[in-house]
Amino acid sequence: MTHPTRIIDLLAALFLLVAFAMLSQRRLANLITLYAWQGTVLALSIAILAYETGNTHLYASAILNGLLKILAIPALLRRLARRLDVQWDRESLVQIPTVMLIGLGLVIFAFNAALPIAGLAHTVNHETVGIALASVLLSLLMMILRTAALSQVIGFLALENSLIFAATSVTGGMPMVIEFGVALDVIVGVFILGVFFFHIREQFDSLDLDRIEGRED
Amino acid sequence: MTLLWIVLIPLIGAAILGAVGHRNSGFSVNIAVSAATLLAAGAMTVRVLRGGSFSALDHELFIDPLNVILVDLTALVALSTSVFSRTYMRTEARLGHLNAARLRLYHAMYQLFIFTMLLALTTNNIGILWIAMEGATLSTALLISLYRTPASLEAAWKYFILCGVGIALALLGTILVYFAGHAALGAHRALLWTRLHGVKDELDPAVMTVAFVFLIVGYGTKAGLVPFHNWLPDAHAEGPTPLSATLSGLLLNVALYAIVRFKALAPDDAASHWPGRLMMGFGLASVLVGAFSLGGQRDLKRLFSYSSVEHMGLATFAFGLGGPLANFAALLHMTGHSLTKSSAFFASGQVAQTAGTKDMDRITGVMDRAPASGWALMASSLAIIGTPPFGVFASEFLILTAALRKAPWTVPLLVLALGVAFATIFRRTQAMVFGTADAARTRTPPALIVSFAHLALVLVLGLAIPHVLAIWYAKAARLAGP
Repeated sequence: MTHPTRIIDLLAALFLLVAFAMLSQRRLANLITLYAWQGTVLALSIAILAYETGNTHLYASAILNGLLKILAIPALLRRLARRLDVQWDRESLVQIPTVMLIGLGLVIFAFNAALPIAGLAHTVNHETVGIALASVLLSLLMMILRTAALSQVIGFLALENSLIFAATSVTGGMPMVIEFGVALDVIVGVFILGVFFFHIREQFDSLDLDRIEGRED
Repeated sequence: MTLLWIVLIPLIGAAILGAVGHRNSGFSVNIAVSAATLLAAGAMTVRVLRGGSFSALDHELFIDPLNVILVDLTALVALSTSVFSRTYMRTEARLGHLNAARLRLYHAMYQLFIFTMLLALTTNNIGILWIAMEGATLSTALLISLYRTPASLEAAWKYFILCGVGIALALLGTILVYFAGHAALGAHRALLWTRLHGVKDELDPAVMTVAFVFLIVGYGTKAGLVPFHNWLPDAHAEGPTPLSATLSGLLLNVALYAIVRFKALAPDDAASHWPGRLMMGFGLASVLVGAFSLGGQRDLKRLFSYSSVEHMGLATFAFGLGGPLANFAALLHMTGHSLTKSSAFFASGQVAQTAGTKDMDRITGVMDRAPASGWALMASSLAIIGTPPFGVFASEFLILTAALRKAPWTVPLLVLALGVAFATIFRRTQAMVFGTADAARTRTPPALIVSFAHLALVLVLGLAIPHVLAIWYAKAARLAGP
């Protein structure tokens, strides 16, 4: 096993750790910081993969992901949180230790589901594929459990991070056109969501989804 | 070149409408752009039917008898919806539901939405297909909340999050298909559908199984398959009527098309019928849940959107059955449903606008008040519940025939669901259309001409399918896989 692969394994473990940290974090500012960390881990692992394979377009992908997920989107989210004046997510119905246990169960499930795929991928470890799949499931879990609109969106963005991580670790990166397309969709999506938040708050005086959905009761 | 034009025209149109969409001329520009798209689609259809499939831009775009059906349908319904929206949206603006800025947003996003759908249909690259589908979500999210009412914002949020997650899972599926194709085709070509289809027996079945599960869940969310259909009734009911017509008539078809393309990548041998089984299961669940949810609805547009869940379920089920007959029936059903459902939405939008409410209990005597709206609503409802001689009856009959041959146990369930849908929708619409009017007679709205035009086409499909069309659809049915 070469050094770059070991570093990628280490980064994969960090990626999973950040996913768990996001699951338990209720303070919005910290959640955004964690998102930026996840982006950092992602960009680094793409860069190391690029160094190992000598693939130039992976360098471009690493820079693109880094700019977008370490700088642009966290800045945008912070601005939104400040202007909307939201700092805390509400207490969720499920206690944090319980959430952690569910998350552990999902990781075990993901590792099993990744077996057939990892068996074919000669480039990477079985663990990396499993971790990518586990992070996808953990992000979904986060979206289900959160009630504040902004943290749901961060969950969604973490889901997208995990998918890009899966794409690079399983296939060694998608073609450049696709990467750009996905990045464009993400940035447009975040902008539209930002517009949305203001509309929602104008109407409801709140960004708490429970209150929005329960308005008929 | 025609292939390039079909995606460029709506894109350029969106840019122009972004500049002039708020003016009164915006409506006419919208119609002109849609008409130009339909002309390009017509030119392309002639070429495909004469010379067979072709591609453009180094195989990035391609067209064959299967996707040309949906391209034509998209261009046609887009044109008639733009004609309808000229009258409808003008009235909405006059009633004070919209201001100039939102009208411009509506026009620009409408053409952008058509562009993303046409790109999704004509692209050969499964990555671009994903990007286009995501683009369709983004361009319609702001249209659903166009009126900025609490209910419409809730609907748009639900749509954004549910379809966003769905489409993210579809990306994972796409990545896995790319991975499976990587070994056989190399990095450069492993995203092109035609190439993948050429080597489909070499793709690893285990990876393809996992990929297809993600893809059917992902694109199935957009196609409104149960249990991922929660966004659909809200989005259809709260968005402006032209959007409901295009969502139901077009977007659901495009999402189902994506699933069908991936199903065709599954290997031919008998041991691998799982994609078909999966589609049959989701389809059957959608038919049943859709039909039985109709009874509880009070909102006119929600009624028709649950009917969309039912009909998309039926088409998915038929593609799941597979084989030339079921695929032919499914394509015919998609065509018939798309034309009829958009007509039903035109009529119900018009009725709700005149009555000032979407609550079916409070709408009565439509026939007395506005005969054209009454006839349009009655005829569309009769057509959508599968009354002969409309085209939906023919396709439903063919689907049941195919089901009798391949999966006889599903037939009683399907017949039950269709019967329930028939009874519920008929009871609801006849109570609205007949009965005494509670207000004076109004001038007949000219916008409903397109509704009658659609119904005439559906009638032709039901009475006698033209020979050219039958050959064309049979070719397409073979492409949709066994």
